[in-house]
Amino acid sequence: MFKLESQDLHLYYGPKHALKGISMGIDTHTVTAFIGPSGCGKSTFLRCFNRMNDLIPNVKMEGKVLLDDADIYDDDIDVYEHRKRIGMVFQKANPFPKSIYENVAYGLRIVGEKSRPFIDEAVETALIQAALWDEVKDTLKKSALALSGGQQQRLCIARAIAVKPSVLLMDEPASSLDPLSTTKIEDLIYTLKKDYTIVIVTHNMQQAARVSDKTAFFYLGELVEYDNTDKLFTNPTKEATQNYISGRFG
Amino acid sequence: MSKRSKKNHAKTRDQVFKYFAILCTGFGLLALGILLVDIISKGIGRINWSFFSSLPSRHFNESGIYTALIGTASLLFFTIIIALPIGIGSGIYLQEYGARNRFARFVEINIANLAGVPSVIYGILGLQFFVRMAGLGSSILAGALTLALLIMPIVIVATREALKAVPNSLRDASLGMGATKWQTTRRVVLPAAWGGILTGIILSISRAIGETAPLIVVGALVYVPFVPEGPLDQYTTLPIQIFNWTSRPQQGFMNNAAAGIIVLLAFTFLLNGIAIYLRNRWYNKIKL
Repeated sequence: MFKLESQDLHLYYGPKHALKGISMGIDTHTVTAFIGPSGCGKSTFLRCFNRMNDLIPNVKMEGKVLLDDADIYDDDIDVYEHRKRIGMVFQKANPFPKSIYENVAYGLRIVGEKSRPFIDEAVETALIQAALWDEVKDTLKKSALALSGGQQQRLCIARAIAVKPSVLLMDEPASSLDPLSTTKIEDLIYTLKKDYTIVIVTHNMQQAARVSDKTAFFYLGELVEYDNTDKLFTNPTKEATQNYISGRFG
Repeated sequence: MSKRSKKNHAKTRDQVFKYFAILCTGFGLLALGILLVDIISKGIGRINWSFFSSLPSRHFNESGIYTALIGTASLLFFTIIIALPIGIGSGIYLQEYGARNRFARFVEINIANLAGVPSVIYGILGLQFFVRMAGLGSSILAGALTLALLIMPIVIVATREALKAVPNSLRDASLGMGATKWQTTRRVVLPAAWGGILTGIILSISRAIGETAPLIVVGALVYVPFVPEGPLDQYTTLPIQIFNWTSRPQQGFMNNAAAGIIVLLAFTFLLNGIAIYLRNRWYNKIKL
């Protein structure tokens, strides 16, 4: 059984056929990297898993997306409940203009959690997991916008995991960070793997090779190749994959 | 003509235009300066405590702006109570919920146009609807409803602009965590936009404070020797009191009017100052 699965998934932005029949399964507690040139559909595909594409007008979808074998686009799925099970981290760190504490507590606040000790503990746990606690434990009341870019991104990860999702989606989480902050995020992904199933979109192939167990290469809306990361980077079966990872295009 | 002299020619024109622009600016500042000096020299002698605490009188030396101040304050109070919920609510709907189609654009353009309609037109509308048809007479409520209509477009536009300035990445972050649209609007978008909305509100109040024409039309131009006690009482306001005084022949009343203008200007400057301060603080806060 896969944690996440898509079956013959097609997606259209108006007349544009953006995803062309993608079928793949993602194992639980693994890190899966999506690579491919810009516009290949990898981010769009990622956003199908937490139904963020619902927010874009003129999007049409065919096929199935399953979480724990249940169709997430089924009529009786509550999209808000579904999104609480799947955390998302975006390309650009987007902390709320609130305190560090309130950022992490946000997910609990929206489900109506009132117990102060409970929230305190959840905030601390999430910040520890996101490897940020030691840097911010004395400044929890300060604005999150005063943090550095790398800290902000780890805060966003803390915010996402504070509600204990089972899956973390990351859309190029380190693309606007310096190398040192990037390393911290990658280390974090490695440690988070034991508690979460992680899917990461990245433009950086070394990053994909470093952090992921499996890698999927997308090109022009199609899933070209999907295999264990070692295999895909050392011995790809498709020529397009070979060309892309050796830097001949993209 | 050689290249060099052509170049010099362009340079000269550049200089001429620069001095022309300086002249224009100077003219505007000069006119404003003369006006201020004139008003302050005439009115400053009248500003003392009894000017604020006295009722209007036939004798200019005993005349004060007490009733007008209370009238302006009560009028603004009701205007704000009526205009803000509707204006902010409409702004939120149009920006966050409304569909992006031709009808939405049509509404949008018309609201922007409404903000530019001459205020006396609102007065005529108010006279027909609130004073006559609703039977409110020339009461504070009728005036407040009229002014509320007048400032509502400003509040709506300001609300929309403030919401527009909130980056979409914040909405995505909230929705991505499973928040509903309303939770996102209430907990993330509105708090982030609040500084901008507040700025718009203050500017609209500073506009309402100085309005005269629509209030004359809805019947505030009366001699009111008493302080209004409820929303259905007659009233007068500061600009109308000033207008009233300027129509008297005696120089003493002119000085009263000048003093009234100083008070009105001080209020407007103060409100605009607060608005600018809030706006700058908000811009710095929201920039990500």
